[in-house]
Amino acid sequence: MAAVKQTVEHVESLEKYKHGFVTEIDQEFAPKGLSADIVRFISAKKEEPEWMLQWRLDAFERWLAMDEPTWAKVDFPPIDYQDSYYYAAPKTKDGPMSLDEVDPDILATYAKLGIPLREQEVLAGVQGAPRYAVDAVFDSVSVVTTFKKELAEAGVIFCSMSEAIREHPELVKKYLGSVVPVSDNYYACLNAAVFSDGSFVYVPPGVRCPMELSTYFRINAENSGQFERTLIIADAGAYVSYLEGCTAPMRDENQLHAAVVELVVLDDAEIKYSTVQNWYPGDPETGKGGIYNFVTKRADCRGDRSKVSWTQVETGSSITWKYPSCVLRGESSVGEFYSIAITNGRQQADTGTKMIHLGANTRSRIISKGISAGKSSNTYRGLVSAHPKAKGARNFTQCDSLLIGKTCAAHTVPYVEARNGSCVFEHEATTTKLSEDQLFYAMQRGLSQEEAVQLLVNGFVKDVLQELPMEFAVEAQKLVAISLEGSVG
Amino acid sequence: MLSISNLRAEVDGNEILKGLSLDVPAGEVHAIMGPNGAGKSTLSYVLTGRDGYDVTGGTATLNGEDLLSLDPAERAAKGMFLSFQYPLEIPGVPALTFIRTAMNAQRKARGEPEISAPEFLKLAKATAASLKIEFDMLKRALNVGFSGGEKKRMEIFQMAMLSSRFLILDETDSGLDIDALKIVSDGVNAMRAPDRAMLVITHYQRLLDYIKPDRVHVLAAGRIVASGGPELALELEREGYDKYARAA
Repeated sequence: MAAVKQTVEHVESLEKYKHGFVTEIDQEFAPKGLSADIVRFISAKKEEPEWMLQWRLDAFERWLAMDEPTWAKVDFPPIDYQDSYYYAAPKTKDGPMSLDEVDPDILATYAKLGIPLREQEVLAGVQGAPRYAVDAVFDSVSVVTTFKKELAEAGVIFCSMSEAIREHPELVKKYLGSVVPVSDNYYACLNAAVFSDGSFVYVPPGVRCPMELSTYFRINAENSGQFERTLIIADAGAYVSYLEGCTAPMRDENQLHAAVVELVVLDDAEIKYSTVQNWYPGDPETGKGGIYNFVTKRADCRGDRSKVSWTQVETGSSITWKYPSCVLRGESSVGEFYSIAITNGRQQADTGTKMIHLGANTRSRIISKGISAGKSSNTYRGLVSAHPKAKGARNFTQCDSLLIGKTCAAHTVPYVEARNGSCVFEHEATTTKLSEDQLFYAMQRGLSQEEAVQLLVNGFVKDVLQELPMEFAVEAQKLVAISLEGSVG
Repeated sequence: MLSISNLRAEVDGNEILKGLSLDVPAGEVHAIMGPNGAGKSTLSYVLTGRDGYDVTGGTATLNGEDLLSLDPAERAAKGMFLSFQYPLEIPGVPALTFIRTAMNAQRKARGEPEISAPEFLKLAKATAASLKIEFDMLKRALNVGFSGGEKKRMEIFQMAMLSSRFLILDETDSGLDIDALKIVSDGVNAMRAPDRAMLVITHYQRLLDYIKPDRVHVLAAGRIVASGGPELALELEREGYDKYARAA
């Protein structure tokens, strides 16, 4: 109730894309373009061991032989991979820093974005408010990670990927690329070659991570791509809830964001992974600029009774191509996917999930809410498959699309494969138009048109919003409202 | 209170209201009766500002203020309330959330402070009890899966919560059994006040046994063709609309 009220208030005070500012700082770039030398440059910058460099070079070789996928229902001019910077970092000393060493302009950026980087500020916050640790990734590097000490006391490792490669090579070697293989797909392979930073989490056996973890990705530099790599491992019986947020300045050029996220879940462990994606969506009228969000996210439920829950709120990017997936390998493992994808203006989204049932009695659940407005296109693409050994596999899929206006499009492309006779798959799908009757009804009660749209849309996405951690649900709800501003009338 | 003069309106280029004039003074309840297609629902939508109902002539004022230039939300904030013939379902939005959002939007438009949470809950509980609405029902998505009678009761609930000044009841009796009709009518009657007026649109005299009108008007072919006291409703019930439809 309060959240709806806040939404309504908040929207009036905001501009359409409030994160579109640029931070003026000294940055260090790799030379423009992509080659084996650039891969070596990035690896050297990060003072990586030889095995890591070889891994990257191998990926680069394979990438050269691959073709861009064209099956998604998205349309964009060819990307010139030589016309981009693959490494951009604020000029400071290498490695993790204490907060006092971080460029004040960067700190100001995060303050402006409302991301708490000072632990004492988080601690001094509203009484009873949940605390969460943050890894702040600015262009190609992690600038600071909070609450590391407190997390370490619980045995939890939370640091940047660069640091993990240096400090915890045994864990990285064991798990990196084990969920999303190097040559899994074109963008994942590119990522393997040039990934710059990202977050690393390891939760040891039996440990319940004492606070929410989050990574906040910010693209700032012009003509640069962001290629972060995240690896989260929940050892037997462990639990962790993790959230990523993303924003970028408003620019006329398209920028590529090709991330890879790998989750490894062992026996009886659980990972809850939430995303609030608000990359710059491009100009709503001309479609100029915006982020190409080509992301590979996959969870491997290796352990018996392991569980992964993906929740995503996708409001930004000019193009989204992403299918957070679960490989349900362990017996009785569980995969969940809750998604809100909103497209407005000229945005295109092709997103969904894959639930791959390998183990017996595995269960999955998909709730997808797509909202299209403006001249946008929104596609749900999902695969549910059960292999011969996945006896008793169960899936429930609910896929709802809401259309606002007359010039948008919604598509639903479900793939279902059952290779044994004992699985039960259910699929429900609806497509509705935001009805003028409903809008008038709400307006007759005193709501403005914008407020009426927000209220109805919030009702439509409620099932998914309530899956987000509390403190982010309110934020996400505001974002939903802002994304649809000016979509009616 | 409400004053309509020579109002003309069309839908998709078809003229439905053809010079309608009507005055409803504060404190009074007026009934509008008429055959199907006479323009009764069109009148309610034109007064509340629905898109697609284009005014081509005439005026409508509430307490001297022009209504026709305002958008629906502004009219609501000025006190116009329409109880819908077919109330809409609002999936995922609890009735309490819906009504509180509406109340605060209206208050904001009038420059008043928002209602506090305890104050709101107290009011909602008392209002629900008076309409024999289970409080738990208000936590469910508005009108989703509600019976016809429950939906109508929710309309009266909203009307009472908003405490609007000018109430239009569009076929409020349709879909109600006798017990529900009694509850709804009691709710409406409880809102009679010297500074409030009502327009009751109905096909049948039955509702007017419960909500006693001060005046009854016959609407036919887009105009008020006859007006009288409550006895006019009884006459219509006996003799039908034929004579008025022909006269129009």
